[in-house]
Amino acid sequence: MLIGVPKETYAGEKRVALTPETASHIQKLGHTLCIQSGAGLGADISDDLYARAGVDVLDSAQAVYDKSDIIIKVRAPDPHSAAGDEIAMLKAGTILISFIWPAQNESLMSQLSAGEITTLAMDSVPRISRAQKLDALSSMANIGGYRAVVEAANQFGRFFTGQITAAGKVPPAKVLIIGAGVAGLAAIGAARGMGAIVRSFDTRPEAAEQVESMGAEFLMLDFEDDEDGAGEGGYAKLMSKEFIDAEMALFREQAKEVDIIITTALIPGRDAPELITTDMVESMKPGSVIVDLAAERGGNCKLTVANEITRHGDVTLVGYTDLPSRMAAQSSQLYGTNIRHLLSDLTPDKEGVVNVNMEDEVIRGATVVNGSDITWPPPAPKLSAAPKAKPKPAAPVAEPVKTGGAGGTLIAAAIGAVALLAVGSVAPEDFMKHFTVFVLACFVGYQVVWSVSPALHTPLMSVTNAISGIIVVGALLQVSASSGFVIFLAAIATLIASINIVGGFLVTQRMLKMFRK
Amino acid sequence: MNDGMVNAAYIIAAILFILSLSGLSKQETARRGNQFGIAGMALAIIAVILSKDVSNYGVLIVTIGIGGGIGAVLAKRVEMTQMPELVAILHSFVGLAAVLVGFATYLDPDSNYLGTERTIHDVEIYLGILIGALTFTGSVVAFGKLSGKVGSKPLILPARHMINVGIGIACVILLMLFIGTAPETASATAGKGAGTAILVIMTLLAFAFGVHMVMAIGGADMPVVISMLNSYSGWAAAATGFMLSNDLLIVVGALVGSSGAILSYIMCRAMNRKFFSVIMGGWGDAPKGAASDDDEEQGEAVSISADEVAQLCKDAESVVIVPGYGMAVAHAQHPVSELTNRLKAAGINIRFAIHPVAGRMPGHMNVLLAEANVPYDLVLEMDEINEDLAKTDVVIVIGANDIVNPAALDNPNSPIAGMPVLEVWNAKQVIVSKRSMATGYAGVENPLFFKENTRMLFGDAKDSVNGILANL
Repeated sequence: MLIGVPKETYAGEKRVALTPETASHIQKLGHTLCIQSGAGLGADISDDLYARAGVDVLDSAQAVYDKSDIIIKVRAPDPHSAAGDEIAMLKAGTILISFIWPAQNESLMSQLSAGEITTLAMDSVPRISRAQKLDALSSMANIGGYRAVVEAANQFGRFFTGQITAAGKVPPAKVLIIGAGVAGLAAIGAARGMGAIVRSFDTRPEAAEQVESMGAEFLMLDFEDDEDGAGEGGYAKLMSKEFIDAEMALFREQAKEVDIIITTALIPGRDAPELITTDMVESMKPGSVIVDLAAERGGNCKLTVANEITRHGDVTLVGYTDLPSRMAAQSSQLYGTNIRHLLSDLTPDKEGVVNVNMEDEVIRGATVVNGSDITWPPPAPKLSAAPKAKPKPAAPVAEPVKTGGAGGTLIAAAIGAVALLAVGSVAPEDFMKHFTVFVLACFVGYQVVWSVSPALHTPLMSVTNAISGIIVVGALLQVSASSGFVIFLAAIATLIASINIVGGFLVTQRMLKMFRK
Repeated sequence: MNDGMVNAAYIIAAILFILSLSGLSKQETARRGNQFGIAGMALAIIAVILSKDVSNYGVLIVTIGIGGGIGAVLAKRVEMTQMPELVAILHSFVGLAAVLVGFATYLDPDSNYLGTERTIHDVEIYLGILIGALTFTGSVVAFGKLSGKVGSKPLILPARHMINVGIGIACVILLMLFIGTAPETASATAGKGAGTAILVIMTLLAFAFGVHMVMAIGGADMPVVISMLNSYSGWAAAATGFMLSNDLLIVVGALVGSSGAILSYIMCRAMNRKFFSVIMGGWGDAPKGAASDDDEEQGEAVSISADEVAQLCKDAESVVIVPGYGMAVAHAQHPVSELTNRLKAAGINIRFAIHPVAGRMPGHMNVLLAEANVPYDLVLEMDEINEDLAKTDVVIVIGANDIVNPAALDNPNSPIAGMPVLEVWNAKQVIVSKRSMATGYAGVENPLFFKENTRMLFGDAKDSVNGILANL
């Protein structure tokens, strides 16, 4: 099928949905490609490069829309774009793949369904493991997080890394990153890479491990309830008032200390929560910088102005909403690859025929308009790709073999005690003495063996095997019995127990000699 | 020596045994631990021999001499890949010895127990022989399975649970009859003829039970079976201790018994399975929806040649090798060690990731790698290395399957769901060395093979590793 790529019309949008590299992969699926002249210029890709990759370069957007069966784009089509009404340009029956944001764009959705444009929204790809390779939101968030640090560094008047130079000592910059999603983690990585001291906060407790793995400090909230902020699909959910109060107190305290705050907190389908209040901004040190990645949705700091750099007192606020577009070459490459993966899922036979298979969970999730039906929102995904999913299967691992928790243990202990008393009531004193020894030895064994390193489990078995040859003692005592048959039995027992003892100890010795550092 | 001195020697021996086990907690102290064990054993045997109860020195020296000689030869000749077999057969010796000592004790005309003491003593003998007998045949079958003399597929008889229950009930009834053979008032030797007959029947039943139990358990569950038999051999020794009123035997038996029990528990936990479902054989009642669920996701496995793997290794900064039973079967540990040295010399951070149930007995892989001179600080446990796998450039899986199966985490319907696995798919590149696309023991398709970052290196593990070496 012919796939067309019109030039982006949104002001300042430099990304493009196709790169020469992804073009060659898409062609292998059996598709042909065309592109509007100049579409790649923002990402430093000339028409010539596309032509060399076998992409047909067309002069006008209209030509691309007219010829193509599938349109791939970055931004959602805009009825009032500089190039005209992009929705009107889409022929009926075309498949559109781009960012859509169906929740916020109801009128767009109804226009698409009216025009019978089957639409796959890159922002609606379900966040499950299998779909990670086509998760454009993560790709873009990754770039946004990185670029946020670069923008902050650009506005910040000092080094990020601490230095001791002949001209004096430079303290390292302290960076607070709120929200440890993909963007937050990318920002942590970038800021750490530049040498800053990085702290991070997230309402989802499982983020702590990820934050620490990136080399940042995870700020713990002084909060009693065990509230988990993990919502569906790896996003945070709205928290209780008490939690937010505790959170704000933490930010208020941190604001006085840190030089740079990068906020990435977004809750799906809502305005961005206000996390940095005016008084916190005013309490920051002169020269501090705030980068608000949520500026498009009202901002985590109400003072930020979307798409602008402003100053409040001595604090600089960066409200850019087009950070991925500011790194158009990188973001086009990643976005193009995400699109290519979606296309390869859509083209399972590699024969150039797209099949919008609504049975496939990933394609079902991404398809927001199918023909003239609005198919959004999709049914809930089966499995969350968020790290939350991991502790779940791990949980039964911790105590899988134990019986029924504390109550069960208690009952078992009670039964054991009663049974012990019952034995004690009839058994002769001599037996109980031996029994004492037995029970105590079991406990000693239990304590000692738990500390054995798993690497030494085989030697442990062969040693315990050798010492269970102690049964030879019993045989030796019988060897001197008066009955010939008993002596015979005991002699054989002695023989085989000796094999055990000598064999066990020697082979252990041989094994242990091999272990070297 | 008088009884007091013998008892003192027993106490010292018991302490030495405890020190021996605690010495095994770390590699640094492990050898000393083994020496403590040898010292304890020597002390115990010498004390018994010198005690006034023992006089038949001729028989004693000959039997110990022959037995010790056989043991020494076995220990010297055994190959490290055969360790599980050796351990299994040694377990069977303990079991058999317990049976023999039990019979000898019962038939010993010098014993003079009456009344309740006689009953308790008889119960002790009965239990000692029972545990010993099933340890014996169970271990022999385990040995057969491990050495390939018996097929490693689980043998599932129809109504196998009924057979087990039946044998159990029969043993209890026989125990009642056995106790009944000892008359209240008559002399200590009365009723021993009938008693012996019952003991023999019970022993045969226990033999059958041991065979049946282990036959029903498949190859990859062997780590559990071996540790369980290890545990049983301990309990057999403890039971013998009770019947002989010998505290040293009781202590040692309890130590060994609990050690084996803990190992079984650790192994079961590593497979996220219940002890009983392992012992009952097969994969129990695990839902079998896995195969059909996976179909949609499976793509094509992409193969790779040895020289490409060599190139990948050269370009990598960090490499992790995940060995499995396939490495042991192919005797590939020496080439793997050579590969390790070469990559280390090239400045590549190479490490090993060991899953607790890799191989056929606990710690099997560690021993093989140690034999091939791989330094033990390069060999890490699953929990130590799982986090690092995401940062690893190349993971080479050699002859392992179920322990690296992502379905354990992703697919709640998989028979191995919830089993902790090495998350190798998080690495940048995964190479799987395998003979064919066959499924592992669990019979579960492995989605790992179809992942985008996975390449299959088909062929015998040893040849494959040698191929990589040749191209480095």
